[in-house]
Amino acid sequence: MTDLPIQKSGTGADSAPNEPVAGKAKPTAFLEVRDLKVHFPTDDGLVKSVDGLSFQLEKGKTLGIVGESGSGKSVTSLAIMGLHRAGQYGRSKARMSGEIWLEGRELISADPDEVRRLRGKDVAMIFQDPLSAMHPYFTVGAQIVEAYRVHHDVSKAVARKRAIEMLDRVGIPQPDKRVDDYPHQFSGGMRQRAMIAMALSNNPDLLIADEPTTALDVTVQAQILDLIRDLQKEFGSAVIIITHDLGVVAELADDILVMYGGRCVERGPADKVFYEPQHPYTWGLLGSMPRLDRERTERLNPVKGSPPSLINVPSGCAFHPRCPYAELTGGASTTVVPELSEVGSRHHAACHLSAADRERIWTEEIAPKL
Amino acid sequence: MAACGGPGNPRAAAGPSTVLAYIIRRLFAVVVMLLVITLVTFGIFFLIPKWVGVDPATYFIGKQADPASLEGIRKKMGLDDPILVQFGKFLWGLVAGRDYANGTDVTHCSAPCFGYSFRNEQAIWPVLTDRLPVTMQLAAGACVIWVVVGVGTGVVSALKRGSALDRTLMTVALAGVSLPIYFTGMIALAVVVYGLGWIDGQYVPFGESASGWFGGMLLPWVTLAFLYAAMYARMTRATMLEIMGEDYIRTARAKGLREPVVIGKHAMRSTMTPVLTILGMDLGALVGGAILTETTFSLPGIGQAAVKAISDKDFPLILGVTLIAAVAVVVANLLVDLLYAVVDPRVRLS
Amino acid sequence: MTSPRSSRRRLAAGTAVVVVALLSTAACGGGGGGKSDGNAKAPGFNAAVNKVANASDKKGGTLKFIGTQDADSWDPQRGYYGFMWDFARYYTRQLVSFTPEPGLASTTLKPDLATGLAKVEDGGKTYTYTLKDGLKWEDGSPLTSKDVKYGIERIWAQDVISGGPIYLQQVLDPKGEYKGPYKDTSADKLGLKSIETPDDKTIVFRLPKPNSDFEQMLAMPSGSPVPAAKDTAAKYGLKPFSSGPYKFQSYTPNKSMVLVRNTNWSASTDDLRKALPDKITVTLTTNADDMDKRLINGDYDLDLNATGVGQAARAEVLGKNKANADNPDTGFIRYAVFPTTVKPMDNIHCRKAVILAADHKSLQTARGGPQAGGAIAPNMLPLGIKGADGKYDPYNVLKDTTGNVEEAKKELKACGQPDGFKTTIAVRNNKPIEIATAESLQESLKKVGITTELDEFDGAQTSGIIGAPKTVKSKGYGIIIMGWGADFPSGQGFLQPLVDSRFILESGNNNFAEIKDKAIDGLFDQALTQTDANAAAEVYKQINQKVSEGAYYLPFTFEKNIIWRSSRLTNVYTADAYNGRYDYASLGVQ
Ligand SMILES: Nc1ncnc2c1ncn2[C@@H]1O[C@H](COP(=O)(O)OP(=O)(O)OP(=O)(O)O)[C@@H](O)[C@H]1O
Ligand code: SF4
Ligand SMILES: [Mg+2]
Repeated sequence: MTDLPIQKSGTGADSAPNEPVAGKAKPTAFLEVRDLKVHFPTDDGLVKSVDGLSFQLEKGKTLGIVGESGSGKSVTSLAIMGLHRAGQYGRSKARMSGEIWLEGRELISADPDEVRRLRGKDVAMIFQDPLSAMHPYFTVGAQIVEAYRVHHDVSKAVARKRAIEMLDRVGIPQPDKRVDDYPHQFSGGMRQRAMIAMALSNNPDLLIADEPTTALDVTVQAQILDLIRDLQKEFGSAVIIITHDLGVVAELADDILVMYGGRCVERGPADKVFYEPQHPYTWGLLGSMPRLDRERTERLNPVKGSPPSLINVPSGCAFHPRCPYAELTGGASTTVVPELSEVGSRHHAACHLSAADRERIWTEEIAPKL
Repeated sequence: MAACGGPGNPRAAAGPSTVLAYIIRRLFAVVVMLLVITLVTFGIFFLIPKWVGVDPATYFIGKQADPASLEGIRKKMGLDDPILVQFGKFLWGLVAGRDYANGTDVTHCSAPCFGYSFRNEQAIWPVLTDRLPVTMQLAAGACVIWVVVGVGTGVVSALKRGSALDRTLMTVALAGVSLPIYFTGMIALAVVVYGLGWIDGQYVPFGESASGWFGGMLLPWVTLAFLYAAMYARMTRATMLEIMGEDYIRTARAKGLREPVVIGKHAMRSTMTPVLTILGMDLGALVGGAILTETTFSLPGIGQAAVKAISDKDFPLILGVTLIAAVAVVVANLLVDLLYAVVDPRVRLS
Repeated sequence: MTSPRSSRRRLAAGTAVVVVALLSTAACGGGGGGKSDGNAKAPGFNAAVNKVANASDKKGGTLKFIGTQDADSWDPQRGYYGFMWDFARYYTRQLVSFTPEPGLASTTLKPDLATGLAKVEDGGKTYTYTLKDGLKWEDGSPLTSKDVKYGIERIWAQDVISGGPIYLQQVLDPKGEYKGPYKDTSADKLGLKSIETPDDKTIVFRLPKPNSDFEQMLAMPSGSPVPAAKDTAAKYGLKPFSSGPYKFQSYTPNKSMVLVRNTNWSASTDDLRKALPDKITVTLTTNADDMDKRLINGDYDLDLNATGVGQAARAEVLGKNKANADNPDTGFIRYAVFPTTVKPMDNIHCRKAVILAADHKSLQTARGGPQAGGAIAPNMLPLGIKGADGKYDPYNVLKDTTGNVEEAKKELKACGQPDGFKTTIAVRNNKPIEIATAESLQESLKKVGITTELDEFDGAQTSGIIGAPKTVKSKGYGIIIMGWGADFPSGQGFLQPLVDSRFILESGNNNFAEIKDKAIDGLFDQALTQTDANAAAEVYKQINQKVSEGAYYLPFTFEKNIIWRSSRLTNVYTADAYNGRYDYASLGVQ
């Protein structure tokens, strides 16, 4: 499988180590996000899409971020890509704070053009809807060629060869012909493969896949996930995979981060979070997970209620209006914001419930029903 | 339009022969459509007067008509023939030319005979061909200005959305859309010609004096372009804003492209597609704007002929101008469809 | 005659007018006058009205006309527009033509091609002319009496040579026996019996009935010679063959025209035309406001159509450029007429009530005021016509300018409608000024209880609507708003179509009141047999009084115009013979 020469390109200026910013300790992890806040001022008020998020990711590892719609997953990934500051025309400009360290470089305070040069090369991203994510008026090949040539000073012919190679690598049949097709001539799965080819054409250190399979049908979903897994092994990149679906990440991810209302409510090694979840919201997610022996659409224990407002975030624990166990904390749930605290080795959760209560509820109420 | 599912290359089917077949099919439709338009226009000018009890012959005589003159006209024009015979003769005249005869008084109108103006004793076709170049010069010059200025303004406005510059530009554009050409034209004349005296502002054929021609065309260009530039600015701005929110723009940024490339290449490519197609339509339907501009600036073009024809009740000329305008619209539509297939790969000719 | 330029444009200019006027006056500073003003000075307001301004015999230069309306045809036998009749003298000559003198004097006829006025014999039934020596066409060939006859004969070919006046045909061949030269089987195509050409110098007209205005009719362009060999029939108007001092160099309808000197014309045979400029150009434009501006600017010398300065430029013209303006009478009268077939207008008292109740001042204002509109008209005969009496004011409109409500009410009582009545005012929909006058009339009639409804009919269909007595009756038009100008300056030319019962037509009627008064008809017969113009004038005076007494008409104004005269123009004067236009044939440029 690994007949592609996988080389890390771009030594030199780009990878010159970033001087640590005064007052900010330079981390050792490959990617470290510290207290990230992304707020959007709107007519209705300040939308706190991400509000104090921290995590780490090592090279070659996969982080799965899960959470329901609107929990801030995409905003987080765009923040890492530096795409909020590019200015979203027609939308309000983001206010960002915190730190994003990538291989020792802090991105939030970095020069925009420096971040741009990282984009697509060190950090690449694939999006949820591959049809709308590709330009309808340019051929698939041209779009990959463009992505490659932004960061590589090569001729069009060389870039085209690279594009064909990449298309071949992601499993597009007759890549030398299909390279000249337009996106609408590809099927949904092929489009996502092409997007992956485009993202990987520059051998990024970090690949962010934002719900890469949501728009695809079930059989194709599995293929794409397999492909990502294979390629990650082959390219050795770090991967952040974002999804609503705990099941997807359970097998793919090394670590899992559960987001709720712009904050992390639980994170830890995948098997821990999956088999010994410590947060009531994670329990809810697991409850709503489809199981092999059930119809996918059949959801047993969905989380009741609707996602929290990001403008008027509920007091205390943002989950409390929907949490069946809020009364057990003696009022703390509605008044005090729970901090992430260690609940196991490398395993953190933000909940006021006592360890005993969590243990009891998990083993007696939740686990049997799953 | 829909995505093509299966493998293989569906575009391979749209080879040159398919395109040719498509064009031929469309041309055939164009001919049919023009026939229908001709028939309808013809009917308006020759049938409706009969229904309301007006002798169509009176339309061919500029002034109070003596019975003998009316009789002469009726004979010469063949107005006593059934309408379909008249229409047939008209079509035949278009193809092969025809004679208008009233006894010994024979007037030949050579092909393509678009009719004969008894008001000015002139065949219509030469009048049209004499005037068409002026209208085309007006349209072409104005079009260049309005596309450059309109699209430029729209893009700048979209990128600086909400800023003072955006608001100013859009206010001017709103004025441009709502002010009549006669008004803007008179103001342009008042300032540049009567007031500052920079140019003379009267039409001179290009062959006589290139600089005189430019001076004469400048204000008409700008005036006509102002109206359209305003429309295009508003349209471009709206399209641009929409496009800038598209996922593929985010993808372009995610590739690490510089912002000028993102806008200039990716966003503009999508913005220009509707602009181009609307441009085709507008050029085809320009007669309306040309009428007003040519009247205001006394340009000897088709639009001016139309105004004269209407005020003189020179119906053959009105018919001729109507047909030319119809041809322009229909041909523009065809070109737009072809162009659309070129600029938008998702559209297939079928 | 027809006034071609609708006033709609002027109104349509709307706000643009104000803005443009402000802008351009501001931008112009004190300039005015324009570029060609170098050494010329405008001789003053009304300097050319009924007198000669800038008298000069200096030859040379280019006289530049501009206009918004092309002629209906430049064919001498086909043109009917007033300015065409004036302009046609550049390239046509007639047996007799109008005197090149200002004002009323212009209406006197002088020999042109002929050596003298007609020798009238046989009780006014035979007119004989002898042609001058040395008359030539533009190609140098001699101009003969046969050419004159042929030219006049063309009028008979109405199926081809349509559109022009047909008086000569009506007078010389009332039964329509001759079929016109194109259907003429004789070799020389000179088959018309009532005109004889015993030799190349002599032409004799034999009228079945005398007509004292016959020479007036010969003075129209339709009396011009045309050589049979050069007759291009329907297309003749595109390049008429010249007998006058200028010939066509180029002409594109609705675009432009250039006349240059006809070197075969000899001044010694022509004392009516000064032929001063070397070249005459006509530019046809479509923007009347722009035209006015360019006239003021000095780009052009005068408005070919002479329909008057538009609303937009009026203030500027009557302000600092007043010395370049003239304000002549146009010979037109603007009026309301009462169809006597529509009740209650069949009753003279009801008609009188309308005349008396009308507010003449506000009608004048609606027409544009005393300068752009004209003077309040006390009767139906304008001053440029012999027999006119500006002091004859039977309804005291010059005194009671705002109307006389009391008298009007008395007349209503006499009419048996003491509380007023209802009727319809018909007005052309394409004449905003006429609509404004109709509204003004409507307003003042309300005061005496006469309620009216406006019916704006299609102005292009005048002859089939108000010109059709049947339609007038069925629509119940008790009042019609119209205007009228004479084809030739005599009581016959002006009044007869309006008031003679024999001129009532089924369609194209102009006697809208349908006056059927034997006494009036008889007076016309009497006038037509008068060979002395002054004696005829006395009769027309009587007719005019009879018309007033019958209360068929409510005259509004004797129309006036504000016309522009460039400072370059020399030898410029208004001529009643041309409806107050300048006598184009006399103009020169500095
Ligand atoms: N530019 C912006 N201006 C205002 N609000 C924004 C902006 N971008 C995102 N948001 C808001 O931030 C919240 C989080 O959005 P985000 O796209 O990150 O959700 P998500 O977790 O990715 O959801 P999904 O699963 O539906 O993709 C949403 O409520 C969204 O409306
Ligand atoms: S803190 Fe309270 S409300 Fe929040 S998850 Fe824990 S128990 Fe539920
Ligand atoms: Mg998302």
